[in-house]
Amino acid sequence: MAQRKERIDRGIKVRSDDVFALTSWREMAYLAFPRVVPVVLLFLLGAVASIYWERVLVTTCMFALLAISWDILASAGMVSLGQALFFGVGAYIAGTLNHYFGISPWLTIPIATLGGGVVCTLVLLPVLRLRGIYFAMVTMILPLMIERVIEATKIFGGTEGISGLNTLGNVHTEFLVAAVMVWVVLFSFRRMMSTDYGLLLKGINDNDRAVMSAGMNIYYYKAQALFLSSAVGAFAGAFMTHAYQFVGMPVFALDYSIIPIASVAVGGAGTLAGPMLGSFILVPLSELLRGLGGLRVVIYAVILVVCTVGLPEGIFHYLSRKYNQFERWVKVER
Amino acid sequence: MLQGTLIYGFINSVVLMLVALGFSVTFGISGVANFAYGALYVMAGYLSWLGLHSLGLPYWLAAPGAVAITAGVAAMIYWFILLRVRGLVVSEVIATFGMGLAILELFRYLGFIGFEYTLPPLIDASVMIGDTYVDAQRLCIVGAGILLAAFLWFFTHYTKTGLAFRGIAQDERTALTLGINADKVAAWSVAFGAGYAALAALVILPLGTIAVNEGYNVLVNALAVCIVGGLGSTVGIIVASFLIGFAQILTATYLETSWMMLVSLVAILAILVIKPSGLFGHQKQLEERI
Amino acid sequence: MSEKTILQAQDLSKNFGGVKAVDGVSFSLRRNEVLGVIGPNGSGKTTLANLITGFVKPSRGKVIFDGKNITGMAPYKVADLGIARSFQMVKPFYQLPAFKNLNVALLSPRLRRLSGGRFGDRDAMAKDLLEEVGFERDSWVITHQAASLPHGYLKRLELAKCMALQPEIIVLDELFSGLSLAEVASMVPVIEKLVAQGKTLVMIEHRLKELFRIADRVIVLNFGQKIAEGVPAEVMEDPQVRGAYLGSEAEE
Repeated sequence: MAQRKERIDRGIKVRSDDVFALTSWREMAYLAFPRVVPVVLLFLLGAVASIYWERVLVTTCMFALLAISWDILASAGMVSLGQALFFGVGAYIAGTLNHYFGISPWLTIPIATLGGGVVCTLVLLPVLRLRGIYFAMVTMILPLMIERVIEATKIFGGTEGISGLNTLGNVHTEFLVAAVMVWVVLFSFRRMMSTDYGLLLKGINDNDRAVMSAGMNIYYYKAQALFLSSAVGAFAGAFMTHAYQFVGMPVFALDYSIIPIASVAVGGAGTLAGPMLGSFILVPLSELLRGLGGLRVVIYAVILVVCTVGLPEGIFHYLSRKYNQFERWVKVER
Repeated sequence: MLQGTLIYGFINSVVLMLVALGFSVTFGISGVANFAYGALYVMAGYLSWLGLHSLGLPYWLAAPGAVAITAGVAAMIYWFILLRVRGLVVSEVIATFGMGLAILELFRYLGFIGFEYTLPPLIDASVMIGDTYVDAQRLCIVGAGILLAAFLWFFTHYTKTGLAFRGIAQDERTALTLGINADKVAAWSVAFGAGYAALAALVILPLGTIAVNEGYNVLVNALAVCIVGGLGSTVGIIVASFLIGFAQILTATYLETSWMMLVSLVAILAILVIKPSGLFGHQKQLEERI
Repeated sequence: MSEKTILQAQDLSKNFGGVKAVDGVSFSLRRNEVLGVIGPNGSGKTTLANLITGFVKPSRGKVIFDGKNITGMAPYKVADLGIARSFQMVKPFYQLPAFKNLNVALLSPRLRRLSGGRFGDRDAMAKDLLEEVGFERDSWVITHQAASLPHGYLKRLELAKCMALQPEIIVLDELFSGLSLAEVASMVPVIEKLVAQGKTLVMIEHRLKELFRIADRVIVLNFGQKIAEGVPAEVMEDPQVRGAYLGSEAEE
């Protein structure tokens, strides 16, 4: 007598999928719980944390944004190995605007967000026509090369970078902006991915020929996804520049490429919330492991490989399954 | 001056070609983009250094040993990691990238940094070509480059394994029906590419020190050449390495040495605008999913 | 070009590295007819479909649709003009429920133009379309994940995707392959209904018996060349065609 595990959606999940949820407090609570609790929790954490850990939370939020931006791209079939490109371009735009033109951070960050989105989209536009690993190759190589070029040509402060940039105020302001931003980005993009526009992006990932034969210019839509993703990445870069009051070659460093991908691997791709969850595990963890120095990157890389190969599902999918479904063993007649 | 530029341009081009060949071979055969390539290159350097200095082995034992171990490690990466995610491009890319990073940063953590990490040159001498002073190691590089490229051509055209490689590269399904084990061939191809990386490391690294960052440089250079030349095309690799190689030396001679990196960047951006699939790339825009 | 001609292929050729996949094929398609394309495996049928729909650029020759030269036009533009196609290898959007698969097609700019700028309720339109191709309305199959649908349903889904575009011409690449006799029999009326609605069809098929019941005219390809053209019964009498098919489908 063999056994088989059966997974069935909970009744409340099925009912909540429709508008009926609005008629029952229980069902509304069921829907609201997984959304409200993390939001409240993050703000509570920010309120009670020491200055040091509040800074860590700010950094975490920015890595979460980078991870979300990676996931947006991946949903449309583009695998990036260089979120650092988006991050760095945003950082340098904000930094130079603030340093050379004295523009306030409250203006440089929005400008860098849009400008970074435009610049990165234009640079990567030709790659969109190619499939497979070309995108990964080009995105991997560009940040590393730009880093070297800045070193060689000594533009924008060269190896020294530009320091003494303005901040957004104190760390509490930074935390508030970061936390609000991360939730706004997460929920709005999750909403977007569940509309038909999101379906279209996922469709391009699944089978671009079918999308084409429906009369749609997939490159146009891919470029849009690229813009959205790089703008989110550029925001993170611009924000961190003002938080550190410094911009320099390190903004193109591998860290900004590898931690977002590792977060996605841990949290689970394709959900946007998964990558964010991943960053909230990995970044604070790496703060705790600070004593290990160089070994941290090794640990990241190993986590990355183990999660990609061994746990392709990711934590978020696991949690959402536990929340929405129940499992039972059923006997199978042979 | 001009003669020197030409000679050094040629040598630089062969270096680039050597570095890119292994990456391209693996990709051309099995479609695996081995982003751990740079790490394997550096690993071969450190392994032979360890063999020479820690174990006190003679060069003729340490060097081939390092090549063999590097190829073995690459095969193991394929067999234990990549095989589980075969066909999932995202996971393949991320897994090799992660492995490479882990290897490189582990070396850094273990303190493999410093001027003492150098490999001995094959022949410690120098010659004059015309009125240009060239050390023998650079000539060895040129020799090795030509030999390895020629061997690759011979291997894929005249040996059984090589023909199986090409069979898989052309049509994996048909090859399967002909009794070729695609997984085995892919593992071999990854090992083969890593072996090429190791050989390249053995001839190139004596010019400087073995450094962790060299791993990233090598990967960047290999990718740059592959992007410009077209993935999986050996002719493309050769042409692209000569284009970039000469352009870099010309930049270094007539403009500034530190601008060499700019050349690759400009080359990549230019090729992306003109012909995104690379000079000799036959990457189809839609149909293939690699 | 007579006014009844909707699509014309002139001397279409495509070489893949020395192999002539399609070699100098010309034909014209009349409005509201069903043209069958048959031929042994590897005779260039799918390449011909790819050439017409823009997925492959011809090495030589022209494709003229409705008096407009569409040679080498991007696939999405061809589709936008009104030539829909199905693929031999069915690849649905696996993660999505069956009807959501059609939502993507229903977002097409062509539809928006045809319906005067409004998209309407895509979910309902998708379900209507699926019912038309033989999905049972309000059954589990419509909301079921496409990844685990049976092959027969995937083929229907493929046809529905073509119909969603409200095209002039539908190019069907081996729609019937891999289906049981009963499944084919249930799809034939769907296709007949399309013809009654005034659509023009190009059907690439291996199932000659079913094809001959629907097709007004067939062309036969062998080694990339057109070796015969005419009404089904005549074509099968052609000695050259019999030769090309010897021992295979001709005996069915």
